[in-house]
Amino acid sequence: MQRPSQGLVIDGFTLAECLHKGGFATIWDCTHPDHPGRLAMKVPTILDGFDAPTIVGFEVEQMIAPRLTGPHVPKVIALGDFSSMPYIVTEWIGGGSLLEVFKGAPLPLSDVLEMASRMTEAVVDLHRQHVIHFDLKPANFLRRDSGAYVAIDFGLARHDHLPDLLAEEFTIPMGTFPYMAPEQYLRQRDDLRTDIFTLGALFYELATGRQPWGDPGSLRGVRKRLWRDPLPLRALRPDLPEWFQEIVLRCLEVDPKARYQSAGQLLFDLQNPGQVRLTARAAKLRADGRLAVFRRWRAMRGVKRLSAPAGVGAQMDEAPVLMVAVDLSPEAEGLNRLLLTAVRRMLAVQPDARVSCVNVLKTARIGIDSATDEAGDHLHVMRLVALREWGAELALEEGRISFSVLESSDPAAAIIAHANRNRVDHIIMGARGHSATRRYLGSVSAQVVSEASSSVTVVRVP
Amino acid sequence: MRTAIITDIHGNREALEAVLADMAQRAVDRVVCLGDIVGYGPDPAWCVDRVMALAQAGAVVVKGNHDDAVANPSAEMNITARRAMEWTRPLLAEGQRAYLAGLPMQHRDGEVLFVHASANSPQDWIYVTDTSRALGSFAVCDARVILVGHRHVPDLMSRSIDGRVTQQRFVAGRPMPLLRTRRWLAVVGAVGQPRDGVAKAGYAILDEGTDELSFLRVGYDVAKTVAKLRAAGLPESLAVRLTWGA
Repeated sequence: MQRPSQGLVIDGFTLAECLHKGGFATIWDCTHPDHPGRLAMKVPTILDGFDAPTIVGFEVEQMIAPRLTGPHVPKVIALGDFSSMPYIVTEWIGGGSLLEVFKGAPLPLSDVLEMASRMTEAVVDLHRQHVIHFDLKPANFLRRDSGAYVAIDFGLARHDHLPDLLAEEFTIPMGTFPYMAPEQYLRQRDDLRTDIFTLGALFYELATGRQPWGDPGSLRGVRKRLWRDPLPLRALRPDLPEWFQEIVLRCLEVDPKARYQSAGQLLFDLQNPGQVRLTARAAKLRADGRLAVFRRWRAMRGVKRLSAPAGVGAQMDEAPVLMVAVDLSPEAEGLNRLLLTAVRRMLAVQPDARVSCVNVLKTARIGIDSATDEAGDHLHVMRLVALREWGAELALEEGRISFSVLESSDPAAAIIAHANRNRVDHIIMGARGHSATRRYLGSVSAQVVSEASSSVTVVRVP
Repeated sequence: MRTAIITDIHGNREALEAVLADMAQRAVDRVVCLGDIVGYGPDPAWCVDRVMALAQAGAVVVKGNHDDAVANPSAEMNITARRAMEWTRPLLAEGQRAYLAGLPMQHRDGEVLFVHASANSPQDWIYVTDTSRALGSFAVCDARVILVGHRHVPDLMSRSIDGRVTQQRFVAGRPMPLLRTRRWLAVVGAVGQPRDGVAKAGYAILDEGTDELSFLRVGYDVAKTVAKLRAAGLPESLAVRLTWGA
């Protein structure tokens, strides 16, 4: 097996400078005549060829990374095996990692929210591709010039459709101590809500400058988070809004069932703070008292597993964000009843789904913002009230349903933009009957069906 | 190169037809049969003819223990298998028997080894049921990919660079990457008598271009095969087995 060095040429790749020397791998700046520009080569540091954890972690990455696509993962160019030198070559991502940014924490709330949304977007994309990362941390997010965040280092990851090489190999918990979820300590590798816990720990650090449990430095110290709650964020930084504390503490719940059930639902709350349902978590200003912690310790000390999901695939199918576009005009009354039935049916098979109800307030022309004048403001509120009335029939608890009135001269475009921004999994909407106007102007539902990136169900009065 | 691997047909015509029809839709370059064309099932002669035709068209076929037992009655077989074999033998023509008797025990092609039961002492028909039983196969050859049948339960194991053999979870119907950093042993599921609780014909496709193996399952007319088994007076336990796939 060869070892990497500056100037080494392997499979056509010429190694330049060593950019990073970590405990498990080195990263090299490299080039290839067939691939214009800079590339990055990651080479595991394998001692004597028999360094099991490093080897397996590297194999996991070789298995998963080439199968991922999109802006939130690095594009894999080539792989090398043990016959010459093990490596992974990926595209060069210019923006650097979040490590430096985290050193500047606590950051202003607007920056925290922007970063939290971008990190969550990347995780939504990984989960959509059936991958749980299991080692999210500041150094494992890179920034693209476009602003998108890229998740890197899939050495501990698990792909729902691929063998899990790590499952049988090790008996010790794996992860990065400050950010590890309780179930990771219990060696569970089957729950995408583990990444949601870790996101919560990262948001906590960005907002307060402290890690929720500090850096325990040992596995024993990690165990404490099974019963010890972190200091509420607002105790450290009173200017943080309650809804933000609600979001972060919900991510950091010990029981995965009490957290957000999907990264998409977390993203929705980050982008729609007005819709976050506040609970006791939001108001908390002190860590729990000794008695409460003692009780939790007694309950948790013998626990071997936390409630596990039926499966990652099932998790993704069952906790989607559904968006219902409701037409509130009087002639759509019959249609709206059917729409309600359709949504109820979907909720019956997807019990963790979250519903976003949307109505488009059509403005006369582009450039005229009706909400700026009093009459427009009034109309907006009226619509919101009517939309809430329609949604009340679903009898969902507060946090699972939200209402938005969008203002636009192009209803279809507004619906599609809202769906994209909130990573909606499924749009449900009605189609009006045939009419002359519709023939001339085109139908909203047809445009949504053809242009939306999510699934669309169109309900029609027979 | 995309290779379809079929094994343990066991005289089940309906299952073999379903697998071949499925295969026809999946861009396969060649077929390899890992043996046990006959035994248990009601259509041994038809299945031998069909496999011979595949071989004429370029398929590679290796010998299974039931194929071997046609000429060499085996004391190792359980009572059900022996009764089915006694029923099978007279149905086969001379040419078919000669064909089965003349099959090779294994076939090596580049970095892939095809064998019915195990790479180590293949004539002993060892069941590769766990990682310790796989050690021998990895030890006796240097093939990077070893493909076996015989067990009727699909399975995937790998041997890492430091010599440890581990069982790997796989998802049927999805391509499983056979990482080049490891050696792999796959037990391909049976076409004609599945035993993993799924009453569907099993086979696999190896893509040597992408280093991926897909375990596939195909539904077939189980009721028809079961009716034939009963009409032939074969042991009822065989009919039950096909119905439950176990």
